[in-house]
This record gives sequence, structure tokens and C-alpha cells, in this order.
Amino acid sequence: MNPRLAKAMVNGLLLGVAVVALLPLLWMLSVSFMTPGEASSLPPPLLPKHATWANYHELFARAGMGRYLLNSLLVSVAITALALACNLMAGYAFAKLRFAGRERLFQVLIGALVIPAQVAMLPLFLLLKYLGLVNSYAGVIVPAMATIFGIFLVRQYARTVPDELLEAARIDGAGELRIFVQIVLPLLKPIMVTLAIFTFLAAWNDFMWPLIVLTGQEHYTLPIALASLSREHVQDSELMMAGSVVTVLPVLLLFLALQRYYLQGLLLGSVKG
Amino acid sequence: MAVLMLMAALLASCSRQANDSHELTFWTVGREGEAVAKLIPDFEREHPGVHVKLQQLPLTAAHQKLLTAVAGGSTPDLTQLGNTWIPELAALDALEPLQVRVERSHTVQQADYFPSIWATNLIDGTLYGVPWYVDTRLLFYRKDLLRQAGFDTPPRDWTQWRHMLAALSPAQRRGYGILLPTNEFEQLLALALQQDEPLLRDNNRYGNFRSAGFKRALTFYVETFKLHQAPMISNVEAGNPWTEFGRGVYAFYLSGPWNIGEFRQRLPAAQQDDWSTAPLPGPEGPGASNAGGSSLVIFRRSPHKEAAWQLVEFLSRPAVQQRFYDLLGDMPPRRSSWEGGALHDDPKARAFRDQLERVKPTPPIPEWERIVTEMQLVAAQAVAGQLTVDQAAVEIDRRADGILEKRRWMLDRQGRSR
Amino acid sequence: MNSPRAAWLFLAPALLVLGLFFLLPVIAALVLSLTDYDLYALADIRNLRFVALSNYWELLHRRLFWSALGNTFYFVAVGVPLSLTASLGAALLLNSPLARMKPFFRTALFAPVVTTVVAVAVIWRYLFNTKYGLINYALDSVGIHPVDWLGDPHWAMPTIILFAVWKNFGYNMIIFLAGLQAIPGDLYEAARIDGASVPRQFWHITLPMLKPTLTMVGMLTVAGYFQLFAEPYVMTEGGPLQSTVSVLYLMYEEGFKWWNLGSASAVAFLLFVIMFAVTATLLRFSRRGGEA
Repeated sequence: MNPRLAKAMVNGLLLGVAVVALLPLLWMLSVSFMTPGEASSLPPPLLPKHATWANYHELFARAGMGRYLLNSLLVSVAITALALACNLMAGYAFAKLRFAGRERLFQVLIGALVIPAQVAMLPLFLLLKYLGLVNSYAGVIVPAMATIFGIFLVRQYARTVPDELLEAARIDGAGELRIFVQIVLPLLKPIMVTLAIFTFLAAWNDFMWPLIVLTGQEHYTLPIALASLSREHVQDSELMMAGSVVTVLPVLLLFLALQRYYLQGLLLGSVKG
Repeated sequence: MAVLMLMAALLASCSRQANDSHELTFWTVGREGEAVAKLIPDFEREHPGVHVKLQQLPLTAAHQKLLTAVAGGSTPDLTQLGNTWIPELAALDALEPLQVRVERSHTVQQADYFPSIWATNLIDGTLYGVPWYVDTRLLFYRKDLLRQAGFDTPPRDWTQWRHMLAALSPAQRRGYGILLPTNEFEQLLALALQQDEPLLRDNNRYGNFRSAGFKRALTFYVETFKLHQAPMISNVEAGNPWTEFGRGVYAFYLSGPWNIGEFRQRLPAAQQDDWSTAPLPGPEGPGASNAGGSSLVIFRRSPHKEAAWQLVEFLSRPAVQQRFYDLLGDMPPRRSSWEGGALHDDPKARAFRDQLERVKPTPPIPEWERIVTEMQLVAAQAVAGQLTVDQAAVEIDRRADGILEKRRWMLDRQGRSR
Repeated sequence: MNSPRAAWLFLAPALLVLGLFFLLPVIAALVLSLTDYDLYALADIRNLRFVALSNYWELLHRRLFWSALGNTFYFVAVGVPLSLTASLGAALLLNSPLARMKPFFRTALFAPVVTTVVAVAVIWRYLFNTKYGLINYALDSVGIHPVDWLGDPHWAMPTIILFAVWKNFGYNMIIFLAGLQAIPGDLYEAARIDGASVPRQFWHITLPMLKPTLTMVGMLTVAGYFQLFAEPYVMTEGGPLQSTVSVLYLMYEEGFKWWNLGSASAVAFLLFVIMFAVTATLLRFSRRGGEA
């Protein structure tokens, strides 16, 4: 094949795929600035005639989007911080500390990965009911404080920490906690960033569990609020698009800023231990 | 570890402390929230120190949210509750009995309410709710289109109705006689309630959908689709039925009272004289319709029952109900509220006033919502041609009997222990 | 040095959380699935009956369960191959030495992955609107009749599949890209000298070298696609005619809408067993294929 033609084809196809991938997102952005009712006309407009912030204003002033945004931030940050702590400690223990039954326990955890989380949801609800955590932020946060995937990811990475370093510190009389905080954590920094983004994105985008456990509007996260709004305001496409922008934009920006770490983690997590 | 637990506890307590003593949480379902928000300031002015926190649940998620809230012990103080859902929450022992409060009340006068509507709030003789607005289904129709087709009055019985539907569903026009969203059970239910046979039999232990009456209603319903007098679409796809009705895509629209407000708001002024409402035609002459609507209920767990009751009384005042009607078109459940204000002289509301004297409640059992949902799912299959009417009736009965199994077991056990 | 004790202390928070909020509920779900826990039992636990396997038995006799299972299988059987093909195709394009602006394209193609399912499902619902949607407008302008994407029982699931492929292909694309980059360049070099065409190179070098990655990615994607829930919840509410009710959607409705926790747990367990069986079978097939 003619190399120039091949080049044009490859890049043309790439461009085509990129358009398909981005068009819905760009359309969302565009419609969110249209005046109410504008998108529901023929031919469907691609750009707003008179760009307006009215939909965003409506969302924050009347539909309580600010509250949901804060809820999402609070829940996602809390989950990220707590899950980071739990998973880092556990992953490090599995990688570097010796104790009876270590391999077997790890095998059990990996085996449990095949159980879909939804199996646990019904009893989990009853359990949280007895703990008084239904319809609270904690109801969303607490079950997400540790993940098998996170432990696995940390263990994979922590195995590269040289044992000599830890032994030397032990001989110097450092306690295990000090070793962890002062020596291991700095070495684990890249995986911490990766795990943090993963956890944050998963928490931000999570739908099914918050939908179940958050019964009151005051605790809704953005996806729940959006799903609820979209059932009430089916015909208000412009408003819904503005809501989608508010929901999607933070994670998209976060990803753009830290995509190197994200993609690294994605590959690390998919390579078999 | 301790830090983790502490944080969890802290978070939990954060979420709890929101309930300060003067805050009243009031859940509304669907569009009522926006209108009631305008009534609340008056209430708060009358009751300084009480702050009402409103929450709107989307209609399609409300059932799940309410039950989850009850199950999770996170109920609000009071809520708007569709009267067919009262039996479920009553079975869960989640609702506060209200009879004593009603007897002491100067505002809530039982005799003033439409009896069939009031009856839906009584479960085994205990009163659990006060009707807030009524929702019965009847016909919205395009006067101009009917007139063009040669009909001066709306239909009085099914024969006339079928005749008009046929005349208004011409093959060349991309229009239909009527919109009957296939995922809404209310329309078929209204037709079924017009029949003499009850929908469940033996003290609501078994389905009675095999009765001749129900089959007659289902046949009428299915044929409307078969004759292309109604499109086979769900309300998700129907999207904006108001504009479509305005454009004449549908000549009839079988729906509830809130749509009077919707049509007034959404159709241009020039078109306002082109539509009207009519009582639901029955098999022979004017027929019954469902005694639907929403009640106000107070949750047993509420720490502010007195304040909640004050809000119920406030919202039950005829003057407030008239304002509520003005805001939203939700119709009041008491006769005195109909005697003044815009409601009294509104020609479009008159059909409802008429219909309300001819409404029938649905079986007051927790399983009803589920049975009627199954009824519609099977009916939709019949509409799609996957089942005949007879097969569908048998299938609905089979599903209803399955759903009622536990109820039969519980009734039998109670019977034995007595 | 007291390494074991320290190890357990390090493990304690994570194990406690996983044990209490995951493993314990899973076991409880198994027990629950053997009872008729429902609204009445929620009100008064004395209304609870042990029913052995009858929840499972009844499910197997319920048409809705089978159609939910059928819908889910449809979604998996069509969605996974489509998704993998799209991912592999995009990865090949990105890996081509001819491609320009690779970082930009990589980011662009990956962007849908990080978006929130609910938000983008809302977008798609409008894009695929029968009347005012861009898709139908575009089709109409090339003379194709408008399709009732989300309202026609035959089209609703394909639309959801298209959505899922769009949303997810970028994830596996990255993994494939890494796999492609790990294939030594001299293999292709040798093939070129032998005069092998590009398709032959793909068939005899790329695919075999990528096989371990492909197997693993396929497995994970199958497992992920079995958990279809948010898409139908937002886009169709399970309709039209329940054509998009997935097994998980059924579990959700059964459990949290009707509060039949017993039979909902049975649904969850059946899903688990089916997922396990399917992935195990696939794994065995791919192993056998590898030996041949």
C-alpha cells in the first residue's frame, strides 16, 4: 500500500474514533448553554444561539446542585483517604511482613474477587441499618474503606521495596510503624497517587450502592441526584446537560491532570501477580 | 484503627445532628414539592420556630425510597403518600394512627371528605392518613378535533367512545385517538374498576382477573391498540405528551387532574378553548374511575408529631387547598374546598367534581402495588400481541396468587391462633 | 522484632472492613436466600419462614428471571466481543508508527472511561431521542427512517450495548496498547523480510503474542458486563416491555423496590454462580486453545 495513503488512513480513522468518543461530551457542553427548549427543535442545533448560564444558575440556585457537589466531594475524599490508609498498610503487610498463613490469606482474598459486590448488598443494607448508618455519609464511606483490588495493587508495587532497607532499619531499632511511615511510604508514593486517583474516580462515579443506602436528598451524591433529576425533568434537556457537565467535569479534569499515574496503575492492576 | 472507627462514628454523628428540634422534614413525591414550597412560608410564619425542610422524590423512585427509609429507620417526619401505598407502610407499622387527632381537630372534618377517598386511608379500621389531594383518571379531549369529526359532546359509554376513537385515528394522519402509555397501569385499572366484579376475591386472598368483567376491560384496552387508536409507546418515549396533545397527535388523553394545570401552562393561549375534560365513559353510560390521590401521613418514629400534625391541618384548610389547586391543579379531597375560589367556576374542573362522586378504591393490601404492576406488564404483552386476552387474564391471576401466598399464610395463621 | 504481630496490626483495619462489610454479608446473603424475608418479615421477624431452595425454584419458573438472564447474556455476548474489537482496533491504530499526535488521541479515546455512567447515559438518552435526537437526524439526512432507539424493545438493548462499548473501550485499549508495545519489533522485522502482509503479520504475530493479555482482558470484561445495572436504570428503567431488565436490575427491584430480600438474594447468588461458570468455561477453552 502507498505509505502516504496508509498514513492518511490511520490518522483519518483515529480522528474518526476520537470524534465519536468526544462528540457526546462536547454536545453535552454545548447544550448546557442553550436556552430551555432550544435543543428540542428541528434540525437539532449543535451550538447555542445565545449562550446562557441560566441552566447552571437554575441547578445551583434551585435544584441544590451545590449541596450534591459538596456531598460527592466529601464522600469521595473521605473514601480515598481512608481506603488509602487501609490498603497501603495491608498491601505492605502482604508484600513485606512475614506471618503464618500469609500466602493462603492472600489467595483467599484474590479468590473473593470473583464474588460480585452486589451479592453482599442486601445483607449489607440490613447490617448498616442495625449500625444506624443508613442514610448517612458513613453508610457510603465505611464499606468502601478497603478494597481487595487496592490491596493487590499495593502488594504488587511494595514487593519492589528492597528487604535490606527494612532490615537495616530494624537493626537500628526502628519500630515497625516508624519503618512504614518513614521508609516505606515515601517509596510507595507513585502507587499512592495511582491508588488515590482510582479510588477517587470509583467513589465519585459509584451509583448502585449510594442509590440504595442514601434515602434522603440531603445526602445525595451527584450521580444519584442526577438520576433523580433526570426522572423529574425528562423534558428539560438543557438543564440535564448542565447537570451532567457538573458531574463529569471534575473527574475529567482530575484525569487530565494525573493521567500518567492513572494509566500506569491501570496496567499494574491488570498484570497478573 | 481507633482513628478509623472514630472517623466513622464522627461521620455518622454528623449526619444525625441535622435533626434539630424545630426542623420538620417533609417528603413530597413528584411535582407537588415545587408547589408546596410556596405554601410553606405561610405555615412557618404562623408557627415561628418550626422550620420545614422539603424533599422531592421523583415519582418513579419514590416507592423504593420510602420503603428503604422505613427499613433503614431513616424516615422523615411526614410525607405525601399515594393512597395505594398506605397499606404497605401500615403493614410495616411505620405510620402514626390519626383517628384521635382527627376527632380533636377543628380543621379536618371527616364528613366533608369524599367518602371513597377517605376510605382509602383506613386499613382494617385504623386511620393512617388524611387525604391531601385526589387523583382520579378521566378524559381530556380536543373539543375542536371532536367537532371536526362531527361529535358535539364527549363520549358517555364505550360504544360511543370506540366510535369516536375510530373517527379520530385516520391512517393518513400521524395521529392517534388516544395516548395510553403502556407502562402506566392507571388507565387499564380505571377501566377495570368500572366492572361489577372485584379485582381480588376471598378477602383479597386470590386474584380475580379471570372474571368476565376484567376481561371485558382488558379487551377494550387491547383493542384500542390493535385498531391503531393508541400508539404502543411508554411514557418514557411519549416524552412531552402536552405538546403532542396540543399539536393534535392525540385527541383524547386519559389522565389525572394535575394535567389541567400542565395544559394551561404549556399550551398557547389561543388553544385554551380547544380542550376540555369529561367524566370517564363506562361500559354502559358514565363509569367509575379510581379513587386515587395522595394523603398526608405522619411517621411513628417522628419526634415532632405535634408539629407534623399542625402542618397536616394547615395543608387541609380549604383556603390553602384552593391555593394549592391554583398553583398545581391538584384537586382537593373535601367538598368545601370546591365551593370557592377558582375551582368553583372552573369548567375544566367540573368533570372531576362529577367523577369524584363515582370513584372506587383499590384493594387495601400491601401487595396491591405489586399486583397492579404485574397486571400492567402482562397487559403490555397482550397489547404487543404476545398473549391473548384470556391467556393474559390467567397469567395475571397466576402472578397475583403467587404474590398473595404469604398473605394467605399469615391470615391462616392468625385464624388458627384466634 | 515482632514482625507477625506488627503484620496483623497492619492488616487489621482492611481485614476488619472486608470481613464485616463484605465477607459476612456474602454469607448472610446465602442464608437470606433460603428464607422468605419480605415486607412482613421486616415488620416482624416472626413472619420469617425458612423455605429451603424454593426461592431458587420459583425464580427458575419465572419468565422475568429468564428474560433478565437472556437480556444479560445478550448484552455480554454482543457487547464483549464488540468492546474488545473496538479496543483492539483503537490500540492497533494508536500503536501504528504512522499515527500522529498519539498522546492527544490516547487521551481523547480514553476520556469516556473516566466519565460518570449516569451523566453520560443521560446524554445518550437525548442523543438517541426518537424525535429530536442528533442520531436520528443524521440518519434521516442520509435517508434512513428514524429508529425508536430506546422505545422499541428490539432496539433498546442494542442502543445500550453501543453506549457501553463507547463508554468502556478506552480502558482495554490502554491494556492492549501496552501488550502491543511489549511485542519485540524484530518479530515484525523478520516477517517483513519474509514478505508477510500486514494482515498475516497481525494473524501470526500480533494475535498469538497478545493472547495472554486478550484472555485476561476478556475475562475481566465478561465479569464487568454481567453487572449491567446503571445503564438501564437511567436510560430505560428496564423497559420497554422489560427488554432491558438485567439480572442485577431484577435483583434491585426485587430487593429494594418490593423488599423481597429472600428472592433478591437468590437472584444475586444465581448471578454469581452463572458468572463463575461462564468465566471458568471461557478460561478452560482459552487454555485448551493455547495447548493446541
